[in-house]
Parts: sequence; C-alpha cells; structure tokens
Amino acid sequence: MANRKERKKVSFSKVLIYLFLGIASLLSLFPFYWMFVMATRPSAAYNSIPPTITPGGMLVENFQKVLNQIDFFQAMWNSFLICSIVTLVVLFISSLAGFAFAKFKFPGKNGLFIAILLTMIIPPQLGLIPQYFLVSKAGLLDTLAGVMVVFFLNPLGIFLMRQYVSESVPDELIEAAKLDGCSNFKIYRSIVVPIILPAFATLGIIVFTAVWGEFLWQFTVLRDPENYTIQVALASLSNTFNIDFGMILSGVFWATIPLLIIFLLFNRLFISSITEGSVK
Amino acid sequence: MSGQERGVKKRYRSEKKKDMISGYLYVAPFFIIFGVIGLYPAIFSVYLAFQKWNGLSPMSFVGLDNFRIVLEDPLFWKSVYNTIIMGLMGTAPQIVVGIVLAFLLNLTFLRFKNFFRITIFMPYITSMVAVALIFSVLFSNHESSLANYMLGVFGFDPVNWSTSEWGTKIAISIMVFWRWVGYNTIIYLAGIQSISNDLYEAATIDGANKFQQLLYITMPLLKPFIILTVFFSTVGALQLFSEPTIFLGAGAFTRDEALTVVMYLYRDAFKLQSFGTASATAIILLVIILFFATINTLITSGNGRKKKGVR
Repeated sequence: MANRKERKKVSFSKVLIYLFLGIASLLSLFPFYWMFVMATRPSAAYNSIPPTITPGGMLVENFQKVLNQIDFFQAMWNSFLICSIVTLVVLFISSLAGFAFAKFKFPGKNGLFIAILLTMIIPPQLGLIPQYFLVSKAGLLDTLAGVMVVFFLNPLGIFLMRQYVSESVPDELIEAAKLDGCSNFKIYRSIVVPIILPAFATLGIIVFTAVWGEFLWQFTVLRDPENYTIQVALASLSNTFNIDFGMILSGVFWATIPLLIIFLLFNRLFISSITEGSVK
Repeated sequence: MSGQERGVKKRYRSEKKKDMISGYLYVAPFFIIFGVIGLYPAIFSVYLAFQKWNGLSPMSFVGLDNFRIVLEDPLFWKSVYNTIIMGLMGTAPQIVVGIVLAFLLNLTFLRFKNFFRITIFMPYITSMVAVALIFSVLFSNHESSLANYMLGVFGFDPVNWSTSEWGTKIAISIMVFWRWVGYNTIIYLAGIQSISNDLYEAATIDGANKFQQLLYITMPLLKPFIILTVFFSTVGALQLFSEPTIFLGAGAFTRDEALTVVMYLYRDAFKLQSFGTASATAIILLVIILFFATINTLITSGNGRKKKGVR
C-alpha cells in the first residue's frame, strides 16, 4: 500500500519534470519553427490576428526577394572562406606551439606559457579602434583578409593543444622517432598531428563557429556589399525603415539551415567542444 | 668506447640545442601575431585615450580631457545603466535555469535525454545576428506581433518593443537568455557528470529528496563551474553590441533606450570620428568589466562556501 503511494508520488514529480523539460525544448525550438513559418509567408501574413503559425508556400518567392537585396551566396561564401582560413591558421599555430610547450625544454618556457594565458585578459574592445587603423594602414580595410587577421590571435587554442599533446602523445614515441633521425617538424607532421586529430576537431569547431557568428569586427571592417559576410549581409536586411519580415526571415532561414544540418550531424562533437573549450 | 660515448654526448647536446631552437620557433608565430594585433593595439589604445583625434588630422595631447568628457556625458552613464540592466536580466536567470535544466537532464530515469539536450542547446549555434533578426520580428511594435498577441491573450496592453524604455531592454534580455541558456546548461551538465553517483545514492538512502539533493550536493560541487559561467556571463554581458544594434535596426545609434557601452564606443569612433574619447571609453569599459567580473566572482565563490544557494 505504502509502496504504491510512493510510486504515485514519484510519477507525479516525473510528469512535472517532463513537463518542464518539454516546455524548455518547445521554447528553444519555437523561434526556429516560427522563422520557417514567416519565411514561407508573405509579409502581410504578419499583420493577421491571430498570428499565422502554419507555413505557407512562399519559401522560394521570399528568398528571391532576399537575392534582390543582398548577394546571399557571395556572403555565405565570404563567411565560409574567412572561417576556413582562420580555422586552418589557428589550428596550425596552436598545435605547433602546443607541441613545443608540451614536449620541448627551453629556457623561459613556463614564463612564455603564462604570458599566453595572460593575453586572454586583454578584452577585444581595447583593440577595436587601433586594429581598425592597423588594418586600414595595411590597405586591408574592406577586404576579407582584413577581417581574418584579428582572429588569428587565439591563446585558448594553444592552451587546449598543450593539454592534449601532453596527455595523448607519449614521450617514448618522440624519443624513438628522434633516434631514427626524425627532425622535429617531421615528428610534428607525422606523429603529433595524426594523434591530435580529435583536438583539431574540437578547436576547429570552436574557432569556426565563433568567427562565423562574430559581428562587431566584421561590421566595422566591411563596407562594400560585395565583401559582406553573411552576418553583415543579414544585418543589412533590417537597415531600412520599411521592413519586409518575410524576406528577412527567409534570409535568416537559408543562412541558418546549413549550420543546423551540420550541428544535427555532429551534435556530440559540438557539445563536447563547448565543454572542452570552456571548462578545461 | 670513449669516443663513442663522446659522440653520444655530443649528439645529445646538439639534440638539446635543436629542441630549444624548435621550441622558440614553434611558439614564435603566436607572439609575433600577438605583438602586432594584440599588444600594439592595446598600447596604442591607451596612448590614443589621451589624444584628441578625428582619424585624419594630426593628434593633439589633451591629458585626461577625454576621460572627463566621457564621464561627464549623461549618455555614457545611460549606456552603462542600460548595459548593466540588460546584462543582469539576460544572464542572471540563465544561471538558475541552467542549473535546474542540467540537474534534470542528468536524472537517471529520464528518457529522450539526447532530444532534450540537443533542442535546449540548439539556440547557441545560431548566430547572434540571426537571433536578433528573428526576435525583432517576434517582438515588433505591431499589435499583431506574436509577443504582443500573447500579451493580449493574457489581458495586457501591447508594448512598443523597439521604442520604449523597458520594451527594448526586456526584448534584448530575452534574446540573450534564449541564446545562451543552453550553453550554460551544457557546462553545468559536464560539471554534474563529474560528481560521483555514490553521493546521490547515499543521499537517497538517507532520505533526501531530489530538491534537497540539488541544494546540498549538486550546488556546492558545481561551484567551480558556476564561478566560471558567472565570470564569462559578466564579461560577455558588458560587451553587449550585436543584439541591440540589429534589434533597433536603422535607428540603433540615434536613440538611447538600449544604447550599450560598446555601442557608445562604436558611435563615438565610427559615427562621430572622435577616436580619443572612444579609446577613453574602451579603457573605462575595461575597468568596469574588471570590477564587475571580480565582484561577481567573489560573491559567487563566497556564497558557495557558506553552502547557500547560488544566485
């Protein structure tokens, strides 16, 4: 009897828990769904009361309007190019330095490593104005390279790579390679890199998504719509006083879909990269 | 024999030298990049804060004038006020909700775990620009916008979300909350998973209910993770820029309801060409960030020690 009562109580709290999580999931998903609804409706649907909450048939028409406003595919390509190059450069610099900090002995090593950690304290705003002039002086204003350069600085990457190399690359392996006459760079290339591929994936995701979603710097450097990244291009959609909501959300929808697909395919990797990046 | 030994020694020594050179060579790229786009700009920023400069004509030294101009500008203080209010409303609830969500997501009997985790985390992968645009439609001033319609259902008057003092702040805070709560949840979840299950089992045997377990086991052991997220949330919240800029659209820099400190800085520099005061603002912002990050971190760690709930 008592047992049954207990069970009832438990199942009631279970219902509450599922209800709470269900509502949280719904609130998380709803804006995505609603973005899709608006992307498929004429702007006028927006004025109807009660609000429209089912998709319509204007997915293509609205996107056509986006294409008239911004060079959508060019902007996606620009973002993709910037993020890929920045990611590759950061991975290379970080893994090389991480390898050195993990496996080589040289005077001042610890001091240099602490210096790298300290650089994380300098906040980006302090750099915004001088970096703008620096980029402008170098003739890189309004170029993709001008966007990229500031993102090459990534102390977190070195920190993660050092951790990973010292944990997963055995010293014996390096010693053995040295006895065989391997140069240090060859050791890096043919022993370290293959072992730390998972760390590349983690850091790669962190860097790629961070640069993809960044706005302030891209917005500051880029002027010509031809050079816009997707974030700047999307932002420019709302910069008129006469706003076409269906068009805007269609642009957002098509820019978000590739990210969502990649996320759903690799969600484990995404989630673990976030905890790696921030917790360690 | 001794010759061979000497050879080994020599080789060892040259090996050591090689390692040293490689070491310096491999860490050099970072320091070169840091010097050019990290350190130099930071120093230049400090220098610029004492100059009057429009970006073109020669600079002139003005001492502390820029700081005085900024600190005496009511608009600057308004931006500080806006930033703190929106930061508080956008991030403080995240910590509470994030901990509860993480705790629930870790319950052993829970089904559809992965589904819940993925959906709650999903907002984080969308860019802030996308979030701001989606929410600017959800929270538009129209009577028919979804936010106003919902208010109407509950018997409230529609709100001018993008023009009123509190409408803008609430809408922007909700955006920040929506995008980041899943991120915090995942970090807390990682923290909770590092807590041994034995503790919960022992507590269950001792008759502690789930709420007591959350309060007396999860919370204290989660402390380092909470400190971490409080630190990042504080720093992030004080740097608020994209959300209000995009949410307010064309009028973003001409109105003050949601003008943040970084927007004030941006406006000084790139709309008014007053780079000296903008640099001074950057330094003042740095001080504000350090101040709040320290205070919040201290409060969080202090609370944990007293075994009280962390807010």
